[in-house]
Amino acid sequence: MSQQAILEIEKEIIEDFALFDSWEDKYEYIIDLGKKLPVLDEEHKIADNKIKGCQSTVWLVAAYEDGRVFFKADSDAVIVKGLVSMLIKVLSGHRPEEILEAKLDFIREIGMMTHLAQTRSNGLLSMIKQMKNYALAYQTLQGLENK
Amino acid sequence: MTQIDSISLDLDLQAIRSQFPILSRTINDKPLVYLDNAATSQKPRCVIDTLSDYYGRYNANIHRGIHTLAEEATLAYEATRFTAQEFIGAASAEEIIFSRGTTEGINLVAYTWGRQHISAGDEILISGMEHHSNIVPWQILCQEKNAVLKVIPVTDEGELSMEVYKSLLSEKTKLVSIVQVSNALGTVNPVKEMIDAAHAVGAKVLVDGAQSAVHLDIDVQDLDCDFFAFSGHKVYAPTGIGVLYGKKELLESMPVFHGGGEMIKEVSFEETTYNDLPYKYEAGTPNIADTIALKTALDFIQNIGKATIRKHENELLAYATTQLESIPGLRIIGKAKEKVSLVSFVVKGIHPQDIGILLDNLGIAVRTGHHCTQPLMKRFGIPGTVRASFAMYNTKEEIDILIAGMHKSIKMLS
Repeated sequence: MSQQAILEIEKEIIEDFALFDSWEDKYEYIIDLGKKLPVLDEEHKIADNKIKGCQSTVWLVAAYEDGRVFFKADSDAVIVKGLVSMLIKVLSGHRPEEILEAKLDFIREIGMMTHLAQTRSNGLLSMIKQMKNYALAYQTLQGLENK
Repeated sequence: MTQIDSISLDLDLQAIRSQFPILSRTINDKPLVYLDNAATSQKPRCVIDTLSDYYGRYNANIHRGIHTLAEEATLAYEATRFTAQEFIGAASAEEIIFSRGTTEGINLVAYTWGRQHISAGDEILISGMEHHSNIVPWQILCQEKNAVLKVIPVTDEGELSMEVYKSLLSEKTKLVSIVQVSNALGTVNPVKEMIDAAHAVGAKVLVDGAQSAVHLDIDVQDLDCDFFAFSGHKVYAPTGIGVLYGKKELLESMPVFHGGGEMIKEVSFEETTYNDLPYKYEAGTPNIADTIALKTALDFIQNIGKATIRKHENELLAYATTQLESIPGLRIIGKAKEKVSLVSFVVKGIHPQDIGILLDNLGIAVRTGHHCTQPLMKRFGIPGTVRASFAMYNTKEEIDILIAGMHKSIKMLS
């Protein structure tokens, strides 16, 4: 999979959102995504994986297999969880460099920037930074192994 | 009540609403329903006009200049002090110190009176429903002085246990710092009774009036509190201006806070003598425009009358409480007998933030989260609440919109 793949997924999400005519449809879809995202095992809900917002919390775990980074995450608030679900859909399973280069413009395109701007109330922006931090860490690790 | 009284206490809501320009805004194509007044109140046209009039006509630095503008600005600035004095019933205008807000007022007392009077082993008493700004300054002080911070517990109803409070008081208690009205629960605490009990053991009392000043009649002499702090922006005035009241003899004996211009009498490199009250605590060029506009806001409230406002707000509280309680799965947090017009609640199985996001899409502004009272949320075992807080300009129709919005949000989230 290449960088194109991330953009492809983003494009699909943007196209999905273009079909909604009301804010209700949009949010019902996000809530549905949130509900469908598998619950993270309790063993992962530890302080190290916690990205604490002022109001809601996100938990993020990463794994590195065959040169690709896989993410799992959860939140105690369902709308945030729906947005988390989209971020996983877009970024999980890609190579570290692809994740690092991802601009994630789809968030703006689907009108969800407001939730990222509220850095204090939820952990979303910190979560994206943390996903990129993992990618960077795995990239570095791989570089060391290849030497 | 005679008929005349009942007529005179009725608020002309449309006339009031028309004075707040922001209330005609739309959010997401819906009329704004502003129910976050405990965070900050909206500003009437007269307050907004006062600001632009000051900058447009008589902006000048105060207390020093001999020109006309400086004199006009000084007179307007000092006029606010007299209005604020009347607003809280202080004995003299020298007891009115302008601050940035309640938080700064509390910190001023902690850093001056606190540093002077608190020593190792002394106890400071606060309550379990304090805002972080009435916790953290005392924590800092207690750590520095090796003093002990004690907490009056909150009952399931959201009231303070007076029995436990009295048992916590002793000759070790040097200060009781207590919120008059809880920002998270709406509870009105019996501060007068608490002040009397504290004074009986020789403790001083600071009353955090951030939420109470806009709703209740305040008489600091009747309360006999030693300090009282409130914020302008919650009483229809601009942000960045607040009042700290202190008893004159206390303020006179306390050390200075910020050093700088205005707060001095004579300065040499060897020694500085300090200015008299209240200027001793107002170092530097103050927030002139917002101070002047604070007077406009306080006059605005007094012209309508706090009793009239209170009656209307109590009706809103009763109506909102009944309507919210009819929603299945909804639980009101804070059921004190005495409350101001504020309702905090949670809905079973739903995160408060999710409700806040959906209500915003409906044009309804509420506050969600821990309301800067994390220990209180912990006490109730919840991450936060949804809080609807009402001001003089809110209507029953707006509460109906909130209730409809709640039904819709719960349906979408369930």
